[in-house]
Amino acid sequence: MSGARERVLANVRAALNRAGPLPDSVTRTLQGRLTRPRANLKPAIGDDPLAYFIQKLESVSGKVTRVESIDRVADVVAEHLERYALGDRVALAPDPALDGIPWSNRLMVERRAATGDDRLSVTGAYAGVAETGSLVLLSSPESPTTLNFLPDDHVIVLRESRIVTHIEDVWARMRSDKMVMPRTVNFITGPSKTADVEQTIQEGAHGPRRLHVILLAD
Amino acid sequence: MKSTASEFKKSARVALVDPDLQRAMGFIRGGFVEKRRAVVDRLPEFDALRQVARGIKEHTLQNLDFYLEAYEKRVQANGGHVHWASTPEEARDIIVGICKRAGAKRVTKGKSMVGEEMAINEALENAGFEPVETDLGEYIIQLAEEPPSHIIAPAVHKTKDQITELFHEHHARYGYTERQTEVPALVDEARQVLREKFLSADVGITGANFLVAETGSSVIVTNEGNGDLTNTLPRVHIVTAGLEKIVPTRDDVSTLLRVLARSATGQEMSVYTTFSTGPRRTDDLDGPFEYHVVLLDNGRSQMLGNEFHEMLRCIRCGACMNHCPVYQSIGGHAYGWVYVGPMGSVLTPLMVGLDSSGDLPNACTLNGRCQEVCPMGIGLPGMLRQLRRRQYQDRLTSRTSRAALAAWSFLARRPRLYRRIMGAAVATLAWLGGRRGRFRHMLLAGGWTSVRDLPAPQGASFQNQWRRRRGNSEP
Repeated sequence: MSGARERVLANVRAALNRAGPLPDSVTRTLQGRLTRPRANLKPAIGDDPLAYFIQKLESVSGKVTRVESIDRVADVVAEHLERYALGDRVALAPDPALDGIPWSNRLMVERRAATGDDRLSVTGAYAGVAETGSLVLLSSPESPTTLNFLPDDHVIVLRESRIVTHIEDVWARMRSDKMVMPRTVNFITGPSKTADVEQTIQEGAHGPRRLHVILLAD
Repeated sequence: MKSTASEFKKSARVALVDPDLQRAMGFIRGGFVEKRRAVVDRLPEFDALRQVARGIKEHTLQNLDFYLEAYEKRVQANGGHVHWASTPEEARDIIVGICKRAGAKRVTKGKSMVGEEMAINEALENAGFEPVETDLGEYIIQLAEEPPSHIIAPAVHKTKDQITELFHEHHARYGYTERQTEVPALVDEARQVLREKFLSADVGITGANFLVAETGSSVIVTNEGNGDLTNTLPRVHIVTAGLEKIVPTRDDVSTLLRVLARSATGQEMSVYTTFSTGPRRTDDLDGPFEYHVVLLDNGRSQMLGNEFHEMLRCIRCGACMNHCPVYQSIGGHAYGWVYVGPMGSVLTPLMVGLDSSGDLPNACTLNGRCQEVCPMGIGLPGMLRQLRRRQYQDRLTSRTSRAALAAWSFLARRPRLYRRIMGAAVATLAWLGGRRGRFRHMLLAGGWTSVRDLPAPQGASFQNQWRRRRGNSEP
């Protein structure tokens, strides 16, 4: 439909009173806005991003457990499975940051993408955003997106040093890490919910019913 | 979807006496309105953010051709395809074509107002595909075979009891024979039924809250997670979006997100905000193999150059309808097309035609609340007034009202005559009103007196009183 493309662009240019494409000088300025993006106004969040992050996440029904070492992750996950009677299988992201967790041999831990039957997944996260209590997950072979949505419960392991203050800081960090946009960037802020029946909030609509963040001290 | 906007008055009358609808609409005030107020009060920077957000949109619109092309280039560099459509028909053909080439059977859908503009479900069904709405609200109205009545809460007009009956009727064939009457059980049943659809879909269609020129990403904002299952599980992901969804950078999106969620549902951040950028990468374990974007114009490029330009700043939050006394009273269906409430009363005439939009521009008390709560500061009342003027110019108003306006304007331009006639009319009405001081019936005012009395004027006209007070006779 290249005809439609030309038609639409011609209409847009006519509406903007333009005879042809923009002059080079203007294009350069606009191009600069795209290649050297700047953050706009960021709301104040106080001076303790970690506390702010925890408070925001808990306010949207996210559960937070703080641990001193990655060794503790296995216990926290086992307790979670038992508490909600989720069986003994764990779909674990093939993320090297999650290597070496001392899983109990009573659990079946499989490193893969999710299937429709998974009850619980464990993944890492690229960042946490204090402003909103969000977790940021980037898709990759180490972090398949289905793990974030198919299982009933989602456990995320996040290092405290990965918490940034604002959404914009995630982009800044990605730029300084020289990361191109992966297929998916997920900002996850609490468990799945809906208010489509009489505006009553109900958790566990289509995505995870519970979101449990294990905060790892650095 | 065929517009029934010309039936507005009739539909509104029916809506006003529908007890289920009136009960359901009652939830809006306690829900959206109160929650928005609370969350806005908690953010001192809200108004400043609103200004910045507005500036971002204006800048983008002023350079829309540049940003559209920059966006297209990035999508292609990521391995995706951009399809342009001037009209809903073109968009439908593109989407049906993609589904055919993919050898699809089942198509899951995330909520998309542009999809409603295209009436894509009907086109997919006619072409032999099975479209499945996956947002709970959209799913409910798909079962009920109704159009959405709100842009972010499409089933807001349904009561829980109605949903119970709908599910009972439609879910028996999946083995759910028990009538569920509580919200958690209803939501859970829909989760189970739709899970199967998600896992077996060949194509997933989502809308887009934003398209990012910097990265070629499409952004969706949801709470349920249905949009993400829709854009991750099927082999093909199709994004449908209006031209005006373009935003320059991820930083700009970050600003817009702060005002969007707050204005829409009263949340600081929706549960899932997702940036999709092209198809799955070489070693990815999941995600679609194809990524398509269908960019729809449908009258938008016309609006860019005229007095309705501001409407392109709209980010579809729904705050205008939530705060509109007319919408609160009659719900969305009376508006007769995809978009409802104040923004719908502006968009429907521009997209479907003023001549078939009936009384929509008049379905407004001009109280200005919509403009006040609009995160983009869109001058909705002014635009509705503009449309009323066009209706008059295009001779779309009734002969009676044209005659009345002509008579009034004749008088208004002749102050002396106006004063005489009004003075006499007021005196006569005051005399006729007698001691009761009001009328049960009045010629030409049946609409008013059918539900209440018309008060009679008390004493002289304003101008007469004014002159008397100033103590001078006729100038």
